[in-house]
Amino acid sequence: MRRVRAAAAPYLLALPAWIWFAIFFVVPIAAMASVSLTTGNLLEGFQQTFSVSNYAKAVGQYHTQLIRSLIYGGIATLIMLVLAYPMAYWIAFKGGRRKSMYLFLLLLPFFVSFVLRTISWGFLLADDGILFGPLKSAGLLPADFHVLATDVAVIGGLVYNFLPFMVLPIYVALERVDPRVVEAAYDLYASRLAAFRRVVLPLSLPGVFAGVLMTFVPATADPVNARILGGTGNTMIGNIIQTEYLTNNDYPTASALSFTLMAVLLVGIFVYARSLGTENVLEAAAR
Amino acid sequence: MRGRLGDRLLHVYTWLIIAWLTAPIAVMILFGFNDKQSKSNTSWQGFTLRWYGELFADGSLTGALVNSLQIAVISTILTTVIGTLLGLALGRYRFRGKGASNFLVFAAISTPELVMGASLLSLFVSGNTPRGLLTITIAHVLFSLSFVVVTVRARVVGLDPSLEEAARDLGAGTWTTFRLVTLPAIMPAVFAGALLAFALSIDDYVVTSFVNGSTLTFPLWIIGSVKVGIPPQVNVMGTLIFGIGVAIAVGNAIASRRRT
Repeated sequence: MRRVRAAAAPYLLALPAWIWFAIFFVVPIAAMASVSLTTGNLLEGFQQTFSVSNYAKAVGQYHTQLIRSLIYGGIATLIMLVLAYPMAYWIAFKGGRRKSMYLFLLLLPFFVSFVLRTISWGFLLADDGILFGPLKSAGLLPADFHVLATDVAVIGGLVYNFLPFMVLPIYVALERVDPRVVEAAYDLYASRLAAFRRVVLPLSLPGVFAGVLMTFVPATADPVNARILGGTGNTMIGNIIQTEYLTNNDYPTASALSFTLMAVLLVGIFVYARSLGTENVLEAAAR
Repeated sequence: MRGRLGDRLLHVYTWLIIAWLTAPIAVMILFGFNDKQSKSNTSWQGFTLRWYGELFADGSLTGALVNSLQIAVISTILTTVIGTLLGLALGRYRFRGKGASNFLVFAAISTPELVMGASLLSLFVSGNTPRGLLTITIAHVLFSLSFVVVTVRARVVGLDPSLEEAARDLGAGTWTTFRLVTLPAIMPAVFAGALLAFALSIDDYVVTSFVNGSTLTFPLWIIGSVKVGIPPQVNVMGTLIFGIGVAIAVGNAIASRRRT
């Protein structure tokens, strides 16, 4: 009797989460897949026709925004990588006893709502705001100078909002590097640069992978920054999907578009994850 | 010598990034004190404490904040319980479906929020489920579940199995062992997971925007009023949430330092 109960234990523990994942994650994704293969509209109803016309329509109509999102997400991720690495390096190797203080400061923005942080950037960058207003009245900037509603504002917003997700995994990877390994490189007459390039950098690559994963996906799919900081020319795919679902109620097109986005992103991710093993990526991502 | 200079530059650089990261917080706090006359709250017009006094003057904003808090509390409790159980199973046992579970947890973390929201809406539309507090809470449990699982699993994996063996050797049953040994040992991770779930819930805009129907949460209310101008009360509420959050985090850090 005892043995039977012990054998059932993991299944009983996992059951509630399985149910939740099944009903609210697996089934909805399947539902979305099926909706993306229907034709019709909200008034007359949708018929399951297994036609891929929605995909053709979605990609044909919105490829500009899809490509723009991938470019914005890609550029933002690259900038984050360049900005994050030196900071993660310094905190990991030179932070000493103040490491946790630096990490706390890095996470400080998360105590403010994502939406509110982005709006605060809107305040800062506003045409007559506290930054540009005085500069303009002093004649240091032309009166029609603006940053809001440009590529720079949206990509800058993405970099700002997701940067800590790049710093943290790289920091975790660097923090685990055994200082004796680096010393060994010096003992073997490696220059500082060579020691970094041949020893430290390769050991930190799992962190870089995790960081890219944790920033590229949400940045590419983010509708908030484009909405608050961008103009009509900066619309991203996230905004389109929201509008198609919530305003136009064009569920087939919206589903096809969501699936296309997810396919593009997930193919990339699982290639990444495969090369590392999912557990490693998760572990790096969890810390 | 060159190394020293490099270190110093990196030190300055780190502080510059931190300054950049915290600048909008300063702006948010500052504009909660702005004595604005016009609709827009983007230029500084003088100091006032008025908005702190009239914090709850806008009923719909207050309602949205109350909704957010309700959803956050309920979804945090649900997520923490369900997630801790799966975290225990994954960290402790070998069983059929373990690989699939790990995959689901990973997939749920890496699915774009947008897709999660859209797919949930597809489900609720095809099931004719009325959208509101309930559907938002369901969605919030879903997207924070994986984070709790991962946090708890990591702690369970790191747990010394001989502790539980000792308890059993001393005659403790399964439940007693769990209550007196396992649970206290994983409690920090459970607590951390709960905090994470709460933070994710109260902050969420993207997923919520798909499943809210006509119910507004704090972030949704704010986004909705961007075009007409954000009232300074929003900044004040943001400032208070920030203050409370930081106080809890610092208090927790001090408490855990004392314990060790």
